[in-house]
Amino acid sequence: MVSDFPADNPRADAPDARYKSEVRNLSFYYGAFSALKNINMMLPEKRVTALIGPSGCGKSTFLRCFNRMHDLYPGNRYVGEIILHPDDVNILSRDVDPIEVRMRISMVFQKPNPFPKSIYENVAYGLRVRGVRQRAKLDEKVEEALRDAALWDEVKDRLNQLAYNLSGGQQQRLCIARALATDPEILLFDEPTSALDPIATASIEELITDLKDKVTILIVTHNMQQAARVSDFTAYMYLGELIEFDVTDTIFIKPKHKQTEDYITGRFG
Amino acid sequence: MRDDKDLSEIRSIIARHKLWDLIFMIIGVFALMIAVLTFMALFAHMLIEGMPRLSWDFFTSFPSRRPGSAGILSAWVGTTLVMLVTAAAAVPMGIGAGIYLEEYAAKNIITEIIEINVTNLAGVPSIIYGLLALSLFVHQFGFGQSILSAGLALALLILPIVIVATREAIRAIPVVIREGAYALGATRWQTVSDHILPYSAAGILTGVIIGLARAIGETAPVITIGALTFIAFLPPSPFQDEFPFLSFEWLMAPFTVMPIQMFNWVSRPEAEFQINAAAAGLVLVVMTLTMNGLAIYLRYRMRKNLKW
Repeated sequence: MVSDFPADNPRADAPDARYKSEVRNLSFYYGAFSALKNINMMLPEKRVTALIGPSGCGKSTFLRCFNRMHDLYPGNRYVGEIILHPDDVNILSRDVDPIEVRMRISMVFQKPNPFPKSIYENVAYGLRVRGVRQRAKLDEKVEEALRDAALWDEVKDRLNQLAYNLSGGQQQRLCIARALATDPEILLFDEPTSALDPIATASIEELITDLKDKVTILIVTHNMQQAARVSDFTAYMYLGELIEFDVTDTIFIKPKHKQTEDYITGRFG
Repeated sequence: MRDDKDLSEIRSIIARHKLWDLIFMIIGVFALMIAVLTFMALFAHMLIEGMPRLSWDFFTSFPSRRPGSAGILSAWVGTTLVMLVTAAAAVPMGIGAGIYLEEYAAKNIITEIIEINVTNLAGVPSIIYGLLALSLFVHQFGFGQSILSAGLALALLILPIVIVATREAIRAIPVVIREGAYALGATRWQTVSDHILPYSAAGILTGVIIGLARAIGETAPVITIGALTFIAFLPPSPFQDEFPFLSFEWLMAPFTVMPIQMFNWVSRPEAEFQINAAAAGLVLVVMTLTMNGLAIYLRYRMRKNLKW
């Protein structure tokens, strides 16, 4: 994708980009500690956007705002808005139930976290939570999600086995299938390959690239090569601030900020 | 490069330091032996003295003035029924309280105080629970000196054990599993009933059984609320011929329990009653050990599928 992305503009003005979500003046506090500082960013629809930055820069904290994960713990506070299109609802609003947000925006975690249940029940759980009871509907959705996660051929004969019998990479693809089964509008990945070997990592990366036709993806990674390989847009964060957000090629080849360049080239971080 | 002199010095230092490993190991094994051997000796003594007295008649006879024909029928039936009441009261209350504290309660100063108190309750002397039950259940609620009062008193006694076991079992579930459920849009109750409870069931069950194993041997609170020491009839049967086939009259019946029966026999002057006491003690210890064994087995079985 070619960019004439204006400096310090949160909009990704690539010609064919549409926006799934818009972050406006987002700050976040753990108690008195300000973990995110006035972030503005547009999340392009059906594209992969990567969040990079050194440890503790707030990239995971930012990601977890999108499904209101911080609401599970006391003392956390959001300021600002994350607008979700097309219905333009501010998902951080107190009037919006976090459960509703999580039903629209799915998440894949750092470490594969399948439930100690069967492969089938893992994928079906999101649907069961939504009250789906008909076996035929569940079967259809489970198969579709497992196919989308490139896992169907490996597990179709043992759907009733425990998910723990799968390898680490398979478990992570199972978690992706579980997140996909409910047709999310945005899929969040929090360093999804950091617990995996290089071969499993490659298959997850390939999967992420394939999935962007279906769903908007936001991925946190501390592996810069990974960001370069899988993402269309990249945001560089440092100490809770969004330093630079642009088309991935631009960030990696011609970053506008010295700080971004230093991080990309490995001079710090 | 090191020369040989250096190396021999290192070896002598290691040997000297390893001496402490040996010393500590000896002390540790000694301490362990005191605990294990004491119990083994007591158990062996009871076994030798009481074993010959154990027979079918011993379990099916009421207490008697003649030691040879006295049995523990009313005691083991009483213990079983009291334990039923205890379990029925302590299990739902304890698990409910544990889940509430872990999953629902806001973390503030009040829950902090409650938490500290729950832990401390486990250390309150059991006779205090007996006094509480005497004034509350026996007199205030009018349950009388009954199985119901005893069961509830023992339930209060083991409630902290069940609560603490529940909370620890819940805490052993990794955060990412809970977050995984919430991230899919589950409510708290869905998370608790679909994940938290099933995955912590083994730990909770272990706590419940260990609590009941403690309650089964408690004497002081049961004496306080007025268990009988000599009783030659059984409570009314819980089953009946007519609709609704279940009867709860037994809840209000007077009763005795195993440790009280033992206590009663031990305080008799006749040597034959001491043998009866040993036999009853043997039955009680076997009951407790069986429950503990069951707890270990269930924990092993249910945790086999949980790898974290």
